[in-house]
Amino acid sequence: MASAIHPEVSAKTANPTTRSLLSIRNIGKSFGRTPVLRSISLEIAEGEFLTILGESGSGKTTLLRIIGGFETADCGEIVMAGERLDRLPPYRRRVNTVFQYYALFPHLTVEENVSYGLRVAKLPKEEVAARVEQALAMVKMSAFANSKPAKISGGQQQRIALARALVNRPRLLLLDEPLSALDANLRRQMQVELKSLQREVGISFVFVTHDQDEAMVMSDRIALLRMGELEQVASPREIYDRPATVYTAQFIGHTNLLRGEVKGGIARCHSLSWPVNLPDGPVLFSLRPENIHFAAGMQGAVKFRAKLCSQIFHGATELLQVQCTDGLMLSLRTSTRASRDEDLDLEFLPAAAVPVRESGQGKKRD
Amino acid sequence: MGLPMSVPGNRSRWLPWHAALVFGFLYLPIVTLIVYSFNGPGVGGFPPRNFTLDWYRELFADDAIWTSVLNSLFVALAAVAISLALGIPAALALDRANFPGKVLFRRLVLLPLILPGIITGLSLLMLFREADVKLSLMTIILGHGTALISVATTEVFAGLQKLDRAQEEASLDLGANYWQTFWRITIPNLRLSIIGAALLIFTLSMDEIAVSFFLIGRDNTLPLEIWGRLRRGITPEINAISTLIFVFSLAAIVTWYRLRVRAESKLEIAAELVETGP
Repeated sequence: MASAIHPEVSAKTANPTTRSLLSIRNIGKSFGRTPVLRSISLEIAEGEFLTILGESGSGKTTLLRIIGGFETADCGEIVMAGERLDRLPPYRRRVNTVFQYYALFPHLTVEENVSYGLRVAKLPKEEVAARVEQALAMVKMSAFANSKPAKISGGQQQRIALARALVNRPRLLLLDEPLSALDANLRRQMQVELKSLQREVGISFVFVTHDQDEAMVMSDRIALLRMGELEQVASPREIYDRPATVYTAQFIGHTNLLRGEVKGGIARCHSLSWPVNLPDGPVLFSLRPENIHFAAGMQGAVKFRAKLCSQIFHGATELLQVQCTDGLMLSLRTSTRASRDEDLDLEFLPAAAVPVRESGQGKKRD
Repeated sequence: MGLPMSVPGNRSRWLPWHAALVFGFLYLPIVTLIVYSFNGPGVGGFPPRNFTLDWYRELFADDAIWTSVLNSLFVALAAVAISLALGIPAALALDRANFPGKVLFRRLVLLPLILPGIITGLSLLMLFREADVKLSLMTIILGHGTALISVATTEVFAGLQKLDRAQEEASLDLGANYWQTFWRITIPNLRLSIIGAALLIFTLSMDEIAVSFFLIGRDNTLPLEIWGRLRRGITPEINAISTLIFVFSLAAIVTWYRLRVRAESKLEIAAELVETGP
């Protein structure tokens, strides 16, 4: 369906160059009569940072809990390195989790928390000590080894949870909205730290979040989940530049949706028209606000006139609301202020208008 | 403005008197008991005269009393062991498992606590007769143990309800199996609930008389020893031992209460940390 419009999107998501670590195949799950996940299939590559992005209730945490072993899928299978992962109890999976509220053990010190997995595995004492020390140094928490979790701050607890998981050298680390309890500044700092830590240790991360910006900043690939179904799986750049569906285009960043019709290789939308390589029929385009420019005579650009309706200052950019002569409302992002009195001459390149497909029985956003 | 009931200053001036009366009604008997344990001429006669520790001296020389104290301690400790051994799994089942008749089980577990001791004692007596079990301290232990399972179950169940399940998941995630998780994470988290339950059961068993009365063999527990002596008339020696029991019970209850408050405030701190993330 989508590949008819966008052959390059589905080709790129297959990611054929890297070795697959985890295969999720047709996983389905219902709670009572409510389906939470419908036939999810997803490959996670060695060393990849994959983000499962979705609104609350999209099923993202359930998917993570199925990988971790805390929920059982109704159908489908999960294979890690040739072995059926979903048949193992959680304590036999070479997968570790950083929980949303960290779930540190309150009766144990930081050091005892971090060494827990190694002690349970009955590793020699010297090795436990060495690895715990290394893990604490990695998250810059060596000074707090003897503190109890209740005595350290949220950001510090976060680091301990990370060290406690990574010290076991899992093949895959699951992170369930680990930054959601932190305030905005600390959060941004931890995003960067987490990403560089992941590069350093080279372990695959599956990161669950509802925050689009967080997903964009950190991920190698984003799997956008909506109402229990995968909407699109692609790199942040690709998912932003080439959204496959209306939902993706609107959930990740702002966009203008243009409803039009293709006839004989020409797309028409209100009074605008441009050549496309699409079959005849109704079509929807996503046009990002920053892809509409003040007219500068770009080669092959679609030109139009519009009246300024409103202008919002966003710091580095201005968000303009304009109305074309035929009534079409568009928003555009520019770095310069516009004058309110005169009509604006605007243009965009045909390639910037990305055809998107309607999402199934979608609830409308915005 | 505001509700007429809550207007300050409009409080009845009888309220303090009323409170004092209730307080006196509750505690005057105990105060009398304690005061007369130090009274030279024995029980009776007002005001008390001749402060003396003689009755305590007599008490400490009285072997029969101390045998019964040891019996009671033995019974109480065994009752704690039995009711915890059965009550903790019951609480776990109530918290985690889903089984047919769970609601009924939950109600029935509480029954021995509500049921008059006479009924529990009598029914156990009949059962032991039927099974041809000789009455002894053993039968009292079984009686106390079964009657107090409900205390262990409710206390531990309350602790389990407050337990953060993510901690157990984290333990499993880190490679500990269910058994290791239970011993290393669940039990330490329930520590305060379990100690609290043990203290409460111990205290209840120490002064239990109704069930014990039916199941007593040749060896007396302390309450039964006292009761037996009372029939021969009150001596201040009874006051002395009662004072000691009172002091120990009070200490146990206060300890239990403080543990409970500590457990709760700890949870509040944890909840606050989760909410604000300092």
